Amino acid sequence: MQVGILALQGCVTQHVDHFTKLGCSSLLVRKSDDLWKCDALVLPGGESSTMLHLLQRANLFSEVVEFCSSRPVWGICAGAILLAKKVSHPEQDSLEVMDIHAERNAYGSQLDSFKAEITGQIFNTPLPADFIRAPKLKALSDQVMCLAQYEGDGVLFRQGHLLASSFHTELTDDSRLHAYFLEFLRS
Amino acid sequence: MRAKRISELNKGEGMDLRTGLANMLCNGVIMDVVNVEQAVIAEKAGAVAVMALERVPADIRKEGGVARMSDPLLIEEIKAAVSIPVMAKVRIGHFAEAQILEAIGIDFIDESEVLTPASPTMHVNKKTFKTPFVCGACNLGEALRRINEGAALIRTKGEAGTGNIIEAVRHMDEITRELKELQELKGPELEKKAREYRVPTELLEIVIENNCKLPVPNFAAGGIATPADAALIRQMGAEAVFVGSGIFKSEHPEKVARAVVEATTHFDRPEVLLEVSRGLGKAMSGIEMETISEHEKLASRGW
Repeated sequence: MQVGILALQGCVTQHVDHFTKLGCSSLLVRKSDDLWKCDALVLPGGESSTMLHLLQRANLFSEVVEFCSSRPVWGICAGAILLAKKVSHPEQDSLEVMDIHAERNAYGSQLDSFKAEITGQIFNTPLPADFIRAPKLKALSDQVMCLAQYEGDGVLFRQGHLLASSFHTELTDDSRLHAYFLEFLRS
Repeated sequence: MRAKRISELNKGEGMDLRTGLANMLCNGVIMDVVNVEQAVIAEKAGAVAVMALERVPADIRKEGGVARMSDPLLIEEIKAAVSIPVMAKVRIGHFAEAQILEAIGIDFIDESEVLTPASPTMHVNKKTFKTPFVCGACNLGEALRRINEGAALIRTKGEAGTGNIIEAVRHMDEITRELKELQELKGPELEKKAREYRVPTELLEIVIENNCKLPVPNFAAGGIATPADAALIRQMGAEAVFVGSGIFKSEHPEKVARAVVEATTHFDRPEVLLEVSRGLGKAMSGIEMETISEHEKLASRGW
């Protein structure tokens, strides 16, 4: 079992550490051959406009769309924006594989970045979460389950084998969300 | 995880959010831009952030005079035009300029040797700001002093505005070598090294625990002009690159910008580097180090 981490741009190595801690190997993905060696994929935090550009330049765009149709994929912050069916503020192309709407930089600039503890049905105790120039995500269909909220806004969504979070846990020592994602591979 | 450790050291509650944003910029290119048009070109080419300034380092070098923080109006216009993070520079030690940038809501502040220093002895106390700071360093001692003051990101100083990568290579080499040397040090030797670097021993211990890596990301800047330059410095360990004059002083800025972005991502894949390097036109002309006198070297600014 191997989890790929899309390594075109963004916060990559922290995920390797979390998956290693959970006893799962990981592979940094920058080309097609590597993508199909993976059983699941993480689209990490970073800049969505940069990743989009690099996906297109590396001819990976349609392959990642195909990957999303059959294998587990977790999009974090910028990665969640890539998964979204609709992107605003400003409008932007995306993989359009998950029934969510992503509003980019919805909380403001870096000064509006914040830390929070979020609660949700899948965690027994609150999860430490970093919102860094975070988007706001909204479900666009009843196929999408909201798994956690913060101040009334959904921040963690699941649609089948796709997972989207507007926040980061990879900068903390808490691996529970990584463990939850790995469960997708077992079911 | 390393972000958390540095937060414990600094006791600043926003610290991991500040290094957090630095982590999000990894594997990317931050481009200097002097107007809205260039900022839009940079964003479209795949820049992870833009550095808004009135003059690129090559022009500051040519025109001389005191170089200061840019006009807030210019920075605000650029901020309104792009969706990626916007950075801007303040003079070394000029905390009032930094306060103004924070009031604008800038995403990152570069306390930069490219501008004329404002203090002969002190850098900005960066822990008092919520906005993350990036600072330049020629060696490990300088990098650690800046981290100890609260910098969320370190970059090599290189020699800005020259289009000559030799100084960035020198600084990256130096930092890597000095990090490796820390491995051997224990007890009184470590304390001696901390005194030499003018930082708490605890900071050196954190670096050693972190497999002799800096507790914040380590980027490269100063003289990067081509996709091959970006690939070189990335292979030497830079987690991302700043490109100043190299893009908009070249013959075809859009092409060069796209090529540097791809080279930064695919830094260890010669087949991609070849493809993106082909037919880029004339690069910025550049300056030989020997033709710059010691007092004109920007890297010597900062303490």
